[in-house]
Amino acid sequence: MVKMSGAKALIESLKKQKVEVIFGIPGGSVLPIYDVLYDSEIRHILMRHEQCAAHAADGYARASGKVGVCMATSGPGATNLVTGIANAYMDSSPVVAFTGNVPRAFIGKDAFQETDIVGVTTPITKCNFQITNTKEIYRTVKTAFYVASTGRPGPVLVDLPKDTQTEVEDVEFDDGIHLRGYKPNTEPHSLQVEKAVKLLVQAERPVIIAGGGVITSGASQELLTLAEMLVAPVSTTLMGKGCIPENHPLSLGMLGMHGTISANKIVPEADVLLAVGMRFTDRSTGKVETFCRNSKIIHIDIDSAEIGKNVRPTVPIVADAKLALKAIRERLVKSYRKKERSTWMSRIQEQQRQQAEMEKRDGMTPTHLLAELRKILPNDAITTTEVGQNQMWAALYLKSYKPRTFISSGGLGTMGFGFPASLGAKVACPDVPVVDVAGDGSFIMTEQDLASSVMWKIPVTVMVLNNSVLGMVAQWQRLFYDRRYSAIDLDKCPDFVKLAEAYGAQGVRVDSPEEFAKAVKAAMKSDVTTVVDVPISPEQNVFPMVPPGAGIDKIMVG
Amino acid sequence: MIRVPKEGRTYIISAIVEHKPGVLYSVSNMFRRRGFNIETITVGAAEEKDLARLTVTIKGDERTVEQSVKQLHKLIDVVKVSILEPESTVSRELALVKVKTDDTKVRSDVINYTEIFKGHVVDVAHDSLVVEITGDSDKINAFVELMRPFGLKEIARTGVTALSRGMRSARME
Repeated sequence: MVKMSGAKALIESLKKQKVEVIFGIPGGSVLPIYDVLYDSEIRHILMRHEQCAAHAADGYARASGKVGVCMATSGPGATNLVTGIANAYMDSSPVVAFTGNVPRAFIGKDAFQETDIVGVTTPITKCNFQITNTKEIYRTVKTAFYVASTGRPGPVLVDLPKDTQTEVEDVEFDDGIHLRGYKPNTEPHSLQVEKAVKLLVQAERPVIIAGGGVITSGASQELLTLAEMLVAPVSTTLMGKGCIPENHPLSLGMLGMHGTISANKIVPEADVLLAVGMRFTDRSTGKVETFCRNSKIIHIDIDSAEIGKNVRPTVPIVADAKLALKAIRERLVKSYRKKERSTWMSRIQEQQRQQAEMEKRDGMTPTHLLAELRKILPNDAITTTEVGQNQMWAALYLKSYKPRTFISSGGLGTMGFGFPASLGAKVACPDVPVVDVAGDGSFIMTEQDLASSVMWKIPVTVMVLNNSVLGMVAQWQRLFYDRRYSAIDLDKCPDFVKLAEAYGAQGVRVDSPEEFAKAVKAAMKSDVTTVVDVPISPEQNVFPMVPPGAGIDKIMVG
Repeated sequence: MIRVPKEGRTYIISAIVEHKPGVLYSVSNMFRRRGFNIETITVGAAEEKDLARLTVTIKGDERTVEQSVKQLHKLIDVVKVSILEPESTVSRELALVKVKTDDTKVRSDVINYTEIFKGHVVDVAHDSLVVEITGDSDKINAFVELMRPFGLKEIARTGVTALSRGMRSARME
C-alpha cells in the first residue's frame, strides 16, 4: 500500500498497464489528473473534440492490438465521448475511457457539468465503473483493461468524481481482479470441433466467411492455412477485411449489401459455410430468412450471445477464432484427403472474373483512383475510411493484404470516424503511411482535429472523394426515391485546400489520376498532414449493391 | 427487433448477480434495449454474501428466452443464469389486496374466501380489509377476480420469485 492522491494512483495504474498515450481534453473535473500528467512520461495528445479523442483511441487500438485510452471531463466532455464509445462497442474495439465527475457529495444534485455518464454508457460499454473509494482505483483500472481486452473486446468507462482524484489514501497496488461473472471462454469444445470437422470433410462446396474476430484473435495465418487445405474460398465482412490477402486466388472479397459479385454469388452456393469471428449482421446477410438456407453452417464466435442471434447454425462453437481454427485444422489433418474441386474452383474464378471486369475503370472514378492508391501504398500502409460511399468504394476497390491495415466504422457507421482514427493509427504505427479515405460530408464532421494532427506532428493523408453531396443518401434517393434529392447538397463548401491551409496542413486539389498519384506520393513523404481534394461526379453510385430487404444474390451492378 | 410474443409461454429466468448499485439498472436496461418484455422482476439478497438473486418472468418463444439468457449472461455483474422449468420449480408471488367492506355480509364473505385461499387479513378498518395472499400467479389472479365484484380498492403484487426443487440447482447457461 502506498499513500498517494487518487489522480496519482490513476496515472501509476496506467503506467502499470503500459499505457503510452492518452487522447483527451482536460476540463474542470479532471484538473487533478492533468496536474499529475504534467510530470508524467505518458504522452497526452490534446484533441479538439472529445469524440475525436475516443475515435483516435479506437484507431490506435485497432492498428496496434493494444488498449486505446481516452479522457474527458464531466458533463459535455463525457457525453461528447459517447459516439466514440458506441462506435468501439459495435466494432468490439478495446478502448478504456476515463471521465471526471463532480465531487461525490454533489453527485445526484444536478451540479454544474454533472452527467450520469455511467447511466448513459451502460448499454454501450462492456462494463463501467464509478470510483466511490479512492483505495480501489488501481484495482478498477486493472479490471477495466482486463475486461476491455479479453473475450470479445470492447470499451469500458471509468468515472472518477473529482474528490476521489484529490483525496490522499493508502492505495493497494497488488489487488487481484475479482470478477465472478466474467470468464471468457476461449477453448473450443472438442465435441463441437469434431462435428465441424465431419461437415467439412464431407463438404463439396465449402465457403468461409471471416469477420473482425479473425483479426482480433490474430488468426489470419491459421485461416489461410485452413482455407488452402480445404480449397475453400474466403469472403470477409467489412470488419474482417485484410484477414486474407485480397489478391489471393481464394479471396472473394467483401460480402453483403455492397459486397463483391464473387462473394455474393458464391456464398449462397456453399453446402458448408464456416463463419468465423462474425455476427451475421443485416449488412452482411441481406434478407436473413433466405440467407444460405441450403447450407450447413458452422459458426465460431467468442461471444455466445452471437450464436443463434441472427442465424441458427448447425454447429455452434463458442471460442477464440484462432484456437478454434487451429483445433479444426489439427483434427482435419488426420482424416482429410485434399480434393481438387475443379468445377467449384472454375465457378469461383468465373465470378471473380466478373468482379474484376467491374473494377476496370479509368479517369476520375473512385474505382480507378483507389486502384491507383493501392499501387502507391506499401502493403503495410494503413487505410481508414469515413462512412458512406467512400467507405464502400474503399472496401471494394482498395485491396487489403494484411490484418489491421483497414480500419473502418462497421457497426455504428459513424461519419467522421476515419480521420481521428487515422491519427490514432499513425500514433500507434508511426513508421507506416496512413491514409483516410474520406468523403466531403464525413470529413467535415471531425475536420477540426487537423489542428491536433499539425500540432502533434501526426502526418496522415486525407483523400477527400469530393462529390459535394451526401453521396450514399443521394444514391438511395436516386435508386429508391425517384431522384427526389432531399437535403443532400453540400454546395461545394468548404474549400478543402484552404481549410487545410488554415490549420497549417497542406491542401492540394487534383484534377486527373496522374495529379492524384503525384499528390499522394508527395503527401506520404511530407511531415505534415495533407488533404487531397479529389473532385468526383455526384452521380456516381457504389455498385455492386443488394437492394435493402433482398437476398445477397440479388445483385445490382449498375 | 421488437419481439411481440404471438405465442409462447411465460418463462422464469433466475440469475445470481453482484449485489451492488447499478446492477438492476443494467439488467432491466438490457431487456428493454433488446425488446424483451419483463412481466415481473424481483430481487433480493442470495445465499452468498454480496450476491443477489434476481427472478425475471418474461413471455415469449424459446428463441427470445434463449437470447435473453445469453445477453444476461454477457453482463459482467451477472454471475449465473438459468431458466427454471415449471415442473421442477417452486414459484411464489405475494399480493396485498385492499377490498371495500362497508357491508358486514361482504366483510364475512371476504374473510371466508381469504381462509379458503389460505391468506391472512393483515389490516382492518371500518370500511375495508387488507388481505395478504401468497401462491403462484394463477392463484393470486383467481383471488383478485373473486374480490373484484366486492370493490377492489388497491392491489400491490411483488412479482414472481422462484427456486428449483430438491437438491438440483438450475442448469448453467
